[in-house]
Amino acid sequence: MSALLEVREVETFYGASQALFGVSFDVAAGEFVTLLGRNGMGKTTTVKSVMGMLPARRGSVRFAGQELRGSPAYRVAQAGIGLVPEGRQIFPDLTVRENLVATASTRHARGEAWSLGSVYRMFPRLREREQTLGTSLSGGEQQMLAIGRALMTNPRLLILDEATEGLAPRVRAEIWRCLADLKRSGLAIVAIDKNIGPLLRLADRHFILEKGRMVWSGGSDALRGEQALLREYLGV
Amino acid sequence: MTASLLFTQLLNGLQLGILLFLLSSGLTLVFGIMNFVNLAHGSLYMLGAYFAASAFRATGSFLAAGVIAVAATLALGVAVERLALARLYARDHLDQVLTTFGLILIFNEAVRFVWGSAPVYMNVPAALAGTVNLFGLPYPAYRFAIIAVGLAVGLALYVLIHRTRVGMLIRAGAANGPMVAALGVNIRLLNTLVFGLGAALAALAGLMAGPIFAVQPGMGESILILTLVAIVTGGIGSIRGAFYGALLVGVVDTVGRAFLPALLREFLDRALAQAAGPALASMLIYLLMAVVLALRPRGLFPVKRS
Ligand SMILES: Nc1ncnc2c1ncn2[C@@H]1O[C@H](COP(=O)(O)OP(=O)(O)OP(=O)(O)O)[C@@H](O)[C@H]1O
Ligand SMILES: [Mg+2]
Repeated sequence: MSALLEVREVETFYGASQALFGVSFDVAAGEFVTLLGRNGMGKTTTVKSVMGMLPARRGSVRFAGQELRGSPAYRVAQAGIGLVPEGRQIFPDLTVRENLVATASTRHARGEAWSLGSVYRMFPRLREREQTLGTSLSGGEQQMLAIGRALMTNPRLLILDEATEGLAPRVRAEIWRCLADLKRSGLAIVAIDKNIGPLLRLADRHFILEKGRMVWSGGSDALRGEQALLREYLGV
Repeated sequence: MTASLLFTQLLNGLQLGILLFLLSSGLTLVFGIMNFVNLAHGSLYMLGAYFAASAFRATGSFLAAGVIAVAATLALGVAVERLALARLYARDHLDQVLTTFGLILIFNEAVRFVWGSAPVYMNVPAALAGTVNLFGLPYPAYRFAIIAVGLAVGLALYVLIHRTRVGMLIRAGAANGPMVAALGVNIRLLNTLVFGLGAALAALAGLMAGPIFAVQPGMGESILILTLVAIVTGGIGSIRGAFYGALLVGVVDTVGRAFLPALLREFLDRALAQAAGPALASMLIYLLMAVVLALRPRGLFPVKRS
């Protein structure tokens, strides 16, 4: 199966200090993949390199057969990658509805496109708070809004950076359920999260980052078996 | 000092404030979205005034002069943004200030070259040459028209910013440009659009200021200072802040200059008041800004960042 996203030997720098040392991973269409690793290992940097928000100095980022390294972030997004960023980054002066509508696009919609209606069906709480300003939402609601906002761009691949961080268990469960639904609908997903348990159930494959390098990759069953690995690289 | 004089000065202040608002709205949006300092914004105002003066003389129609001035300044502004300024967005503020200061010098010299150093005078359009009656007081119709046009533009901007998709993106971009880009919006294009809008509004201000102030090289700099004070007072990146900041600066500056010297004479020795009054009056807006910033460090209507 040819990959939807193929990241090869990416090296990224913050000024003079190198953060990624030849990171490679790939995601097939409809596949659910995770990027794991402890704090500061380079997960967010990898996401930013893929998105073109922090240009990779070397390597290649191919998406749907198209080389994206060196493209500005808006082109990467337009190619069909939806981002749910670390820290949610809801637009504070926009209402819930405006947050969803402002950057919406149906460029890549296949079959039924995401719309306000379908996002509100997935997260009914957002419909109730439609006219509320983004910053007045609870953390969980902001997270749902960030996911809905990315879905409204009708991506072919959804990247979620710490989507359950700081959320109550009940809200987390809601997010996991939503991701399971999205996977079932055929959306490819890259998730970064510190909660390994649900990811072991949901995801197809895992990639572990350690100090800017990919040190392990494999399926959920293989990862479950690697107790030493889990302890050493993920601290669980 | 009579109530009617105060009323007239308030209106004059309002009218200056409106001109400042036309200038600050574009500048504050570009600053908000691209974090870009454009000192040459005043030059666009000056060019707008020159284009308007020439077009008015050539066509005899104030309306046609307005259309020509706005269109020409918009085209020029967009060209400058694309060719020169867009390269500077990633640079630090010092580079931006130096380059746009250089642009000021170039534009001033270019204007001298084309129109000469002497001020160009522009007449008030005949239809607005009279006075209007405001609560029994005569007030120049032209100045009144400036206030009306400015309020209409303010309303239109409000609708654009708060009721349209582009407006949503402008607000979102002011709060978090990189995130807007990461969701697939060409933020450069958005900025060019905003820059063009700002240039058009600056030209409109230049057109309307033409018959009131002399159209001359360097006319953009004095008003640029007031514009910057208005933006900072109102809160950088906020249209609403630009509106209230500009009106506040316009009114305080005008009323202060009109009444502060006389007021001081009540309390101070005559000679001292004579000397201190005008100096203090011209400092008033900076004092205003200092007080506002002491109380609200990010201005009256700060843009929330995410
Ligand atoms: N803006 C920056 N400037 C310099 N170094 C940075 C910057 N952002 C991150 N780094 C460094 O890059 C490395 C990778 O950081 P990154 O944010 O990608 O980690 P992460 O795996 O996402 O961590 P976390 O789980 O805490 O989100 C870290 O060592 C970090 O200190
Ligand atoms: Mg991170």
